[in-house]
Amino acid sequence: MTAGVVAWILLVAVAAYACGGGVDYGAGFWDLVAGGTHRGERPRWLIDHAMEPVWEVNNVWLIFVFILMWTGFPIFFEAVFTAMWLPLALAAVGLVLRGAGFALRKPTTRLARRRIYGAIFAVSSLLTPFFLGAAVGGVASGRAAPGVTASADVWANTTSIIAGLLAVAATAFLGAVFLTADARRFDAPDLAKYFRLRSWCALVVVAVLALIGLATTHKHSSYVYHGLTHGLGLLLVLLSLVAALATAWLVVGRAGWARFTSVAAVALTIGAWGTAQRPYLVPTSLTVQQAAGATRPLQWLILVTVIAIVLVGPALFLLYRLDTRGLLEAQTDADVEGPGAAEGTSS
Amino acid sequence: MNSLTALLASGPEQLAPARQMMAFTLGCHILLVPFGVALPFITLIMHHRALRKNDPVALLLARRWSAVMAVQFAVGIVTGTVLSLEFGLLWPGMMGLWGDVFGLGFGVEAWAFFLEAVLIAIYLYGWRRLKPWTHFWLAVPLPFTALMGAFGIIGANSWMNTPQGFTLDANGRPTDVSVQQAVFTPMFGPEYWHFVVAMFLTAGYVVAGVYAMGWLRGRRDRYHKLGFCVPFTVAAILTPLQFFLGDNIARQVYHKQPVKFAAAEIVWNTDTHVPEYLFGRLQSDGSVKGGLKIPNLDSFLAGFSAKTQVTGLTSVPAADRPTPAEATLVHWTFDIMATIGSVLILLALWYALYWWRRRDLPKTPWFFRCAALAGVASVITVECGWITTEVGRQPWIVYQYMRVSDAVTPTEAGSLWTMFAIIVVVYVLVFGAFVGVVRMMSRRWRRSDLGLARRPDEGPESDTPYGPRPEPVAVASASTGLPPEDGTRPAEGGTE
Ligand code: HDD
Ligand code: HEM
Ligand code: HEM
Repeated sequence: MTAGVVAWILLVAVAAYACGGGVDYGAGFWDLVAGGTHRGERPRWLIDHAMEPVWEVNNVWLIFVFILMWTGFPIFFEAVFTAMWLPLALAAVGLVLRGAGFALRKPTTRLARRRIYGAIFAVSSLLTPFFLGAAVGGVASGRAAPGVTASADVWANTTSIIAGLLAVAATAFLGAVFLTADARRFDAPDLAKYFRLRSWCALVVVAVLALIGLATTHKHSSYVYHGLTHGLGLLLVLLSLVAALATAWLVVGRAGWARFTSVAAVALTIGAWGTAQRPYLVPTSLTVQQAAGATRPLQWLILVTVIAIVLVGPALFLLYRLDTRGLLEAQTDADVEGPGAAEGTSS
Repeated sequence: MNSLTALLASGPEQLAPARQMMAFTLGCHILLVPFGVALPFITLIMHHRALRKNDPVALLLARRWSAVMAVQFAVGIVTGTVLSLEFGLLWPGMMGLWGDVFGLGFGVEAWAFFLEAVLIAIYLYGWRRLKPWTHFWLAVPLPFTALMGAFGIIGANSWMNTPQGFTLDANGRPTDVSVQQAVFTPMFGPEYWHFVVAMFLTAGYVVAGVYAMGWLRGRRDRYHKLGFCVPFTVAAILTPLQFFLGDNIARQVYHKQPVKFAAAEIVWNTDTHVPEYLFGRLQSDGSVKGGLKIPNLDSFLAGFSAKTQVTGLTSVPAADRPTPAEATLVHWTFDIMATIGSVLILLALWYALYWWRRRDLPKTPWFFRCAALAGVASVITVECGWITTEVGRQPWIVYQYMRVSDAVTPTEAGSLWTMFAIIVVVYVLVFGAFVGVVRMMSRRWRRSDLGLARRPDEGPESDTPYGPRPEPVAVASASTGLPPEDGTRPAEGGTE
């Protein structure tokens, strides 16, 4: 019972990271493909602005996922990190490069260096979700079973690779939708059009990959396939489809609302995956109950989550609110070169 | 080099790269932690002063510190995320067996980080548009969230040092977990306070050190004085306190982890009237080479009497204690920490006495030279403190319950070495770039303070984030979204 609740919390946290982090990775993806310095200047300007205040927060979801994993389901954590060693290790490197690249690009003034940091940021925005997705694919296809050690076939197989590509495509989709809305907000209709087109393209790619994915799960992980095509899992898949279509329609006029539907589409897909592999954490070899840690920490974990919701919820709300109202903006040089100091002071 | 090979000799092949990688990444992360924990606090003091006294110099300092914080926080976050991943990548055995017992502390850490990340985003990006006092008050919870975050981490680490709050079942798996006991372990209190004070102290000395350098280069204005005094005062007040906390933690180690204490003081045989060695190297036969021997002092420090019995390394089998090379390392780092801690007190006293008598900063450049050094010294001390804690626990990852060699990942040593190499390269680049960016920011500020124009090399894109730029609305100039072919830039361009 307790373990089941924690498993659902874990799934929600994964979905939150996929959405929050996904928007970020997506922005990085569009940064990568925005073209040369001239052509890409305006999209990049928007990406910088849109991402600025919130990316650090999005990153914390990932930490939260890990903590839920190791406190709630230690055996599962051990199994995943042992079997999926390589993709997760590469994702770790990607995370460092990405965060550092983004943070360092901002205050750098030389064009050449900005380009390097920008490129690092963008490339790792592509690789990190791919490897994380591949790890998830390995779990879904039951390969990350306890006792399995790291080897290429655990993650370099069709399910994992499709899952990785799907993760990249989904982030690109989220990123494009959010950037469309941001372009609206910053009153840049040209960019709104630019990103609207890209959200459609990304959606098509997601759809294609999802179909291929479904076909491969059929072969490689029939348990999940069955769950996705029956009952609650199927319902969630269909709802996700509706949300995706609604997004495609909403980006034309009400991009603000499209953000919610795009998030819903991704979150529902993850919900469907979780539902489909019930009651397993690793399909057909490790159930939620088998992997569950001691009872009292699990109960405390629920308490910690409640506190987190009570405390962090309002704070997050405030942040997004201030952000969408345009009250958050990076300091400019003029700010830190305050006139008060100009009289012969220095540092 | 010899001792390094000795350090790495035992255990499965992948143990060496795993330990090296953990030590390296933690050692790097911890460089940023003092600032993550304490810089918001110091900045807020300055910010408050600026608002209350309507002081533009203080405001400028606070704004600049928060610009640095923006970059530092980002690097802190990514290096910290790597650590969370490494728990699984390097020590799956520990997490698989003990994750539910001690993992919860990290749960507290997670929501503390959440709040911290949210509040810091609001603070960093709120300078321009939020009302000044609103902006200030929104940031006031920041130091508390930092303390909560540290609570979680130190809770986990002190549990590894003095594990409790569970019973083992027939299969050797922990059951019957008591969360309260697992969080509040015997080492928790001493470790937490010693750590927190270390963070504030270090951040204070490092920030003050920057302005001490400026002062030494002849920039003796109010800006530098203020930038020096506020952080230095914070640090100077804490220094004597840290001495007592350090003495306290050392005695706790003596009681709760006697073998670690034996390593830190290189005590070979359990005995009374144990001498204290300042530095010196422990040999494999138990003798000590070099160093300064002070009779009876170690017993005296441990129990206030020369008759106090001190447990020696040989009280446990060789396989259950640090090797002589490890013990020597622990001993040196411990001595360096205690030495620096004591010397810093002299510096704080110098400052306090001078201020008390003259109401001013000491005039001699030697004071500022020492102050500048204090920043570096406290960072070194923090590193030393952690090596004492971690290496002193060897060969245990969970003290007396699990060996490091049983926790390590089964992944091949070759993969680990490769990954380690990649991580080192990446970290060197990231930290190098981080330092470069901070220095560049400060150079740019200095030029602007001198009233010089921006350098020409700051090309077209330089204005995007930090340059003066028009309001977002004005940017929506070109309707195509692509800059016109003739090379004119969108409205946001500027000082080309
Ligand atoms: C500026 C920082 C600083 C200063 C001045 C000191 N320390 Fe320290 N010390 C730390 C920073 C630190 C630390 C890095 O924060 C550690 C690592 C783990 C911890 O909790 O704090 C630490 C750990 C640590 C430990 C190991 C605890 C364990 O194994 O669990 C001992 C025995 C001491 N300290 C003792 C001292 C003594 C006797 C000092 C005398 C002045 C001293 N420290 C000054
Ligand atoms: C942040 C400051 C810290 C530093 C600088 C640090 C330093 C080190 C060092 C030097 C080692 C290697 C020991 C050896 O190889 O002999 C090590 C190992 C380790 N540390 Fe720490 N440590 C820190 C904090 C922590 C914390 C807070 C935790 C856990 C909550 C932790 C968990 C570990 C683990 C799991 C190992 C590997 C096992 C071992 O070799 O003992 N460390 N650390
Ligand atoms: C003594 C040890 C440590 C302390 C007090 C500490 C403190 C901090 C602080 C203050 C931050 C915020 C970023 C910054 O401003 O630098 C941070 C980031 C982080 N640290 Fe550490 N850290 C320690 C060691 C560790 C260890 C051992 C782990 C591994 C689990 C870890 C995991 C993290 C994570 C995941 C983040 C990123 C959090 C985020 O995204 O906001 N830290 N740490």
